[in-house]
Amino acid sequence: MAINFKDGVILGADSRTTTGAYIANRVTDKLTQVHDTIWCCRSGSAADTQAVADIVHYHLGMYGITNDEAPTTQTAAAIFQELCYDNKDQLSAGMIIAGYDHRHGGQVYSIPLGGSLHKQAYAIGGSGSTYIYGYCDANWKEGMTEEEGVNFVKGALREAIRWDGSSGGVIRMVVLTAKGAVRHLYLPHVDYKGPGVDSVKI
Amino acid sequence: MPGFDFSNHNRNAALHAQGVPLPKATSTGTTIVGCLYDGGVVIAADTRATSGPIVADKNCEKLHYISPQIWCAGAGTAADTEFTTALISSNLELHALSTGRTPRVVTCMTLLKQHLFRYQGHIGAYLVVAGVDPTGAHLFTVHAHGSTDKLPYVTMGSGSLAAMSVFETQWKRSLSRDDAVKLCADAIQAGIFNDLGSGSNVDVAVITAEKTTLMRNYITPNVREKKQRNYRFERGTTAVLAEKVIKREEISKYVTVHELSDESVAGAAEKMDVDL
Repeated sequence: MAINFKDGVILGADSRTTTGAYIANRVTDKLTQVHDTIWCCRSGSAADTQAVADIVHYHLGMYGITNDEAPTTQTAAAIFQELCYDNKDQLSAGMIIAGYDHRHGGQVYSIPLGGSLHKQAYAIGGSGSTYIYGYCDANWKEGMTEEEGVNFVKGALREAIRWDGSSGGVIRMVVLTAKGAVRHLYLPHVDYKGPGVDSVKI
Repeated sequence: MPGFDFSNHNRNAALHAQGVPLPKATSTGTTIVGCLYDGGVVIAADTRATSGPIVADKNCEKLHYISPQIWCAGAGTAADTEFTTALISSNLELHALSTGRTPRVVTCMTLLKQHLFRYQGHIGAYLVVAGVDPTGAHLFTVHAHGSTDKLPYVTMGSGSLAAMSVFETQWKRSLSRDDAVKLCADAIQAGIFNDLGSGSNVDVAVITAEKTTLMRNYITPNVREKKQRNYRFERGTTAVLAEKVIKREEISKYVTVHELSDESVAGAAEKMDVDL
């Protein structure tokens, strides 16, 4: 998932990669850098999303050098969309692109399976997202502070990890502001105060 | 363009539809592992190759050379791991020659993932890529569909679950060379003993900034015992009831013999080798 907040954007993801019932990687990094302050959240096939992100990374690197100016988040999202739409029959890639540029500030774009592009205040995706539509809708506020934003993402991902068997591991986050990118790492059960704490053992 | 030829695919599919069973590929039902340590990286593999339920090779080599300081452990289809690593090894050497630099592990990993992604999983190569380059020691896994992971310890193949249980219980943040070799060898042995697809011996490779040490058959926990009995019968075991010797001169009594008149034909016949 990715959200807008007062000073920029926050990306968040769990860290579970599965092959069938086996957890192939419990500390995966699904938050991928494609330019200095443009990142993406990958969901779907690991091979497909890595390939797409690598190609976009290459294009944005080229763009940055040839134009002597960093690409905007919209440009990055448009390149993602072109790849995802043109190859929609062969890909299973759900991408969320979030970035910070000095012209537009923080922006969040979502590209679901068909290859459409949506600019959103916040975006959720992946198998665990179905469990947190209610949480996000109930708790979302425009113009949150960084601390509020981090808590919103952390709270949402905690519930996704709690209810979705295909999600798990740790919570990874990237905070993107004018100052650059800062990484965060949280364990989902530490300081959890949600419902059912007493009755459910983790 | 170099690469694979899939022109027999339709023929095979048609044959299969008529009930002809498809040929079985030799699969390395395998345990392969890798582990980073303070001075470098260790990879290890078992040595069993299987074809369906049959052990095709009891002591095969699953540790593949890429460059002097980069090695691969392969699981999946034996032919695919062999040819994919050989192809990338070749490309990486040409790349090293043209740039005048020692090849990097990430470069190797990227070449592998882009090659495997292009073939959409049809090349059944599951690889552990390990090596030391000017940027340090690195360890990756590459799956047949082209996804990659970067971790301090990795396992792959049918024995990966058994091997991972060893890493998850024994692994420490700081390991010496001997610790890492022991840990990898133990993980492979867990595969050998607990996974039917894995077996025989343990191969280990240790890569440091200075050199690579390949320890072929580092542990041999399945040495074949000497047979306790042999089934060779002593001379005279069978009673001789009658004995008759037929000499070469007397052969015309039993078969018709024609002398060949043509000299060249007779000469040719004399030159023929006859097994006696």
